[in-house]
Amino acid sequence: MLSRLRTVTGPIIANNPITLQILGICSALAVTTSLSTALTMSAALTVVLCLSSGIISLIRHHIPPVIRLIVQIIIIASLVIVIDEFLRAFAFEISRQLSIFVGLIVTNCLVLGRAESFAMHNPPLPAVLDGLGNGLGYSAVLILVGTIRELLGAGTLLGYPMLPLAAEGGWFEPLGLMQLAPSAFFIIGFLIWAIRTRWAAQVEPPKFALKTRRAVR
Amino acid sequence: MTEILVTSIFQQNLALSFFLGICTFLAVSERFETAVGLGLALIVVQTITVPANNLILNGLLVEGAWAWLGLPDVNLTFVSLIAFIGVIAAMVQILEMTLDRFAPALYRALGIFLPLITVNCAVLGGSLFMVERQYSFSESVVYGFGGGVGWALAIVSFAAIRERLKYSDIPEGLQGLGSAFLVTGLISLGFSAFARLEP
Repeated sequence: MLSRLRTVTGPIIANNPITLQILGICSALAVTTSLSTALTMSAALTVVLCLSSGIISLIRHHIPPVIRLIVQIIIIASLVIVIDEFLRAFAFEISRQLSIFVGLIVTNCLVLGRAESFAMHNPPLPAVLDGLGNGLGYSAVLILVGTIRELLGAGTLLGYPMLPLAAEGGWFEPLGLMQLAPSAFFIIGFLIWAIRTRWAAQVEPPKFALKTRRAVR
Repeated sequence: MTEILVTSIFQQNLALSFFLGICTFLAVSERFETAVGLGLALIVVQTITVPANNLILNGLLVEGAWAWLGLPDVNLTFVSLIAFIGVIAAMVQILEMTLDRFAPALYRALGIFLPLITVNCAVLGGSLFMVERQYSFSESVVYGFGGGVGWALAIVSFAAIRERLKYSDIPEGLQGLGSAFLVTGLISLGFSAFARLEP
């Protein structure tokens, strides 16, 4: 039971898909201009990840190894189409803001990566839990970045005003940079720095370390 | 036309303003030569697949495409994702075989990166943007080429900067991925200066 719990909690910080495994970064950066799009995207990705891991794990003994990538992509694409149509039907405004990024879950390396490296070799229950854990790890980063960008970029959260804007007599001047693309790179860069300072085991050793450096120390 | 070309290369760069293909962008930019190879491969694949998907979309999937068979109400746009992925995978496979036969040197240089382009979100993203912005066939050729060039430009400049950073003394937590993100952010900031560019 404890090991199952660890499958879920492991990828949230210690083995986070975005900050350590470099998987699924594209969408993580693009949909975080506001918290509501980040939440919708997190939910969509977590659902697709759990279902695809479960389905692929169920039929893993029947997939011929040569065409396994095609089978996996078809399964993932079908699930994404269902989610995409669902969002268009019940949350049209958000689906319009997310633009092409729901469709791009198909090529999100996180989904295919977990299917290939975990679901193909494990029974359904651990596979679904692994999908859930990675989905939650992805969501945690998205929600954090989305909160920072919306709060500092527009002074709101989920559309509700949080900080009194200077334009309306308050003190807060919105940082326009936070709504632009570069800020997403900076925030995730600093987030990685913070995480690796706390969990030093994640630090990448320098590939071209100076030989004299150790001697100096 | 020129407007679409310039916009897709600079103002709406696939990698730096839409974050497409960033996984590959970060993973394959340690060496300048491989980055150039991958950039070239992406230009070729993008220029072929975006117009091909445009033909498939307008010829087979949109509402009314099957009118000549007496089925004017059939609207298959919901399967466009699967169709696009299929076309991209097939094109990459064909390109791989053609290069292997006629340009083995280039084929060996690209190596593993060519098949990886299938799951590069920049390629699928280009096709999906083509649908969203309702480009015509000739516009989609220009857009595919421009998007590819923009992505290649981004990864080549990023790889060049990264090679210079190899020997620099970076704080421990920032080594590798962290500094890569910060550098990409700076390049992206530089590219956003192009937003004022008049085509």
